[in-house]
Amino acid sequence: MPQRPAPLNTALGTVFALLTFFIAPTFSYGDELNIYSARQESLIKPLLDRFTVLTGTKINLVTGKGDALLTRLRSEGLNSPADVLLTVDAGRLYRAQQAGVLQPISSQGLNEAIPQHLRSPENRWYGLSIRARVIIYASERIDPSELSTYEALSAPAWKGKICIRSSNNIYNQSLVAGIIASQGMEKTEAWLNGFVENFARPPAGGDRDQIKAVAAGQCDVAIVNSYYLGGMINSDDKRQQEAASKVHLFWPNQNDRGAHINISGAGITQSAKNVGSAKRLLAFLANDESQQWYGETNNEFPVRPEVDVSKTLSAWGPFKADQLNVGELGRYNADAIMAMDRAGWK
Amino acid sequence: MTVIVAIPVLVIIASLIQPFSSAWRHLADTVLIDYISNSLLLMVGVGFGTLILGVSAAWLTAMCDFPGRKILSWAFLLPMAMPAYIIAYTYTGILDFAGPVQSTLRATFGWGYGDYYFPQIRSIGGAICMLSLVLYPYVYMLVRIAFLEQSTAVLEASRNLGKKPWQTLFSVALPMSRPAIVAGVSLALMETLADYGTVAYFGVSAFTTGIFRTWYGLGELTTAAQLCAFLLLFVFALIMAERWSRQRLRFHHNSANKKLVRMQLNGWHAYIAWLIGCLIVGLGFVIPATQLLIWASSRWQENLNGAFLSLLLNSFSLAAIAAICCVVVATFLAYTKRVFNSRLELGAVGVASLGYAVPGTVIAVGVLIPVAWLDNKIDFLSRTWFDIPTGLLLSGTIGILVFAYVVRFLSVSLNTVESGLSAIKPSIDESARSLGSGPGQVLKRVHLPILRSSLLTAALLVFVDVLKELPTTLILRPFNFNTLAVRTYELASDERLVDAALPALAIIVIGLLPVLLITKSILNERASHE
Repeated sequence: MPQRPAPLNTALGTVFALLTFFIAPTFSYGDELNIYSARQESLIKPLLDRFTVLTGTKINLVTGKGDALLTRLRSEGLNSPADVLLTVDAGRLYRAQQAGVLQPISSQGLNEAIPQHLRSPENRWYGLSIRARVIIYASERIDPSELSTYEALSAPAWKGKICIRSSNNIYNQSLVAGIIASQGMEKTEAWLNGFVENFARPPAGGDRDQIKAVAAGQCDVAIVNSYYLGGMINSDDKRQQEAASKVHLFWPNQNDRGAHINISGAGITQSAKNVGSAKRLLAFLANDESQQWYGETNNEFPVRPEVDVSKTLSAWGPFKADQLNVGELGRYNADAIMAMDRAGWK
Repeated sequence: MTVIVAIPVLVIIASLIQPFSSAWRHLADTVLIDYISNSLLLMVGVGFGTLILGVSAAWLTAMCDFPGRKILSWAFLLPMAMPAYIIAYTYTGILDFAGPVQSTLRATFGWGYGDYYFPQIRSIGGAICMLSLVLYPYVYMLVRIAFLEQSTAVLEASRNLGKKPWQTLFSVALPMSRPAIVAGVSLALMETLADYGTVAYFGVSAFTTGIFRTWYGLGELTTAAQLCAFLLLFVFALIMAERWSRQRLRFHHNSANKKLVRMQLNGWHAYIAWLIGCLIVGLGFVIPATQLLIWASSRWQENLNGAFLSLLLNSFSLAAIAAICCVVVATFLAYTKRVFNSRLELGAVGVASLGYAVPGTVIAVGVLIPVAWLDNKIDFLSRTWFDIPTGLLLSGTIGILVFAYVVRFLSVSLNTVESGLSAIKPSIDESARSLGSGPGQVLKRVHLPILRSSLLTAALLVFVDVLKELPTTLILRPFNFNTLAVRTYELASDERLVDAALPALAIIVIGLLPVLLITKSILNERASHE
């Protein structure tokens, strides 16, 4: 029998090796749970590992941006391997629900544990941690009595004193969406016009950059998510600690609707093959241990008010949070962006 | 083949068939002008920036000789390993109001906010600088090859006719290198148009930030795809205009069998050459890399672990596979174009190579939609005919990811292979054929040796690009699969720059390996001529 020339053999071998490498669908053996997570790996993996230890359920994880994962979920359709969608804001969960990729969850336990405004009215998703958007002020230059509400920051007295990041950021979009939900479009637009006028600099950078800018004296107040300040207070980086020590946190709107909050949360997909385990995971993420973990590792607040919070968080004192259903933030997101565009908030 | 590679881009362009939503009205009334003008400004800025940096670097190292020229000739490639978003993060850390430079200035002179002028790094000017500093190597690399492969006779003729060196540069060397210059600058510009990380971080409302704002913020994927389609049409028009303007020109050279006589730079001329070199490499590589090293060294014990090694391995193997696939596809396409030269083929190749100007996430969507559709179709047919569910065969595997890379980076490899191929006169083919070689033999014995450096360059460019690539990887990757770029991004987006420094450095170091390898081979090749 004539021998095949060696190069051809090698080539065929390579092709087969590549094929097995390329086309290796994720068949699930045993109890496995597949998660699409907009929450980045380092902020969720330890909890998921703990779940695996407790239940023996293996967890497979893909992280990415919420909308991108949602698009992937939608195009994969009912064959999608994903069981659970985790996001870091309510707007994405609202959008996922609108897109019809989340299934209703019947869980007495979750419904009792998680306050009504932090979950979908149709039981399609549940909030798992609270992220509050607060005012940060330079303790040397500003007296907290000068501060009251987000709305008050549009007064001309604040001209050139406010730092805030770009309106591309989801947390700013949610903040404005929350104001639209409570004040209506007309008042929000008027507020935006004054507020944008007061910016100390064109919006750029992230929330920590705004805090640093307040500490360095570039502006007097900033609006940021509280966990960034917590992260800086607990940072190993001396300069971040120093910057954090020069500012204080102010809870806005305590005499009316409360401070603006958003959630990180999760829903179970329509394509889920393993609904039982998915529900167990959600319940696990809402239990005392996990709820405390959010506070300790990422300085977020628990969704269950009775759970103890970390030292950093309790130092900021108790606060009143907006009771608006966080799903509404998703409903008004597009309106918020258009209003910010019109006001010239870059 | 060409058609398959063109599909994702066609999916995006096909969004134009869909009805235009009311979001367009809003965009046109408010921010669209900003998006367009900022993106144009970026293009002009980065175009000039990369042209000046790239051509000066190429001229110095290819045409001049001075002590240490060889060191500079590879050092000029170093910034290529630096992802634009990472250089943006580091320079912001250094130059921002709260950063060390300004803080030191304030402490030294007792200034406060507003007492002094300091250029704002987070601005469109800053973005132009950052992008130019890391993208000029495309121009440098291709133009350097073009300079080296240029017929020495022509250059000598120019000198003998009494032209000064810089006159030779402008009237002979540059015009003769036009395909390479255009290829390099257009790569840089396409990457600029596709860039999201830098402009978003700097708060510049460019076209890409607009696309994402429309998609993520307004929830209008179709409108976002339409915006992207217009961007593509614009790029397509530019490419066509350029092709048309050099339609009648041909850029074949005689194979340079004569030793290239480099201009000897002595004394202060050599110092100036070094000064230019140090400035470019220092700003584009040494300073940001040092900053990253300082950050990484403070935290390396916690971050250097088993998980980190698997990131290294994933990034490396993914980049290597994608580089090989891209070069194979590009070579195939370049030859189909050369041999058949049909309009359809030209059009399809043109469409396919537009992928580079598309933001990675959008390409990912363009890949995701048809592939998932196909997967679901196969599953459906297999269920109905054989009662066997296949699930999703390609979605969520390395395969779809590599396919997306090929689509996204085809232009990089294709431009390089084509510019190499264009230097081979058709007469060479003809003589080889008349001497009895078949087409395969012409390829193997004549073209491949000549093309070797172009193919290697193409592979290197794709390798480094994939290594740095973030958005496509993020959305299409399989479960439990992370890369260095993904890790860097996750940490940096959480504003943990210090922790992000180690994976960022690793991207740069791995990116350097092929850079060194290739420069060596290019340098050697020239030496063998000499």
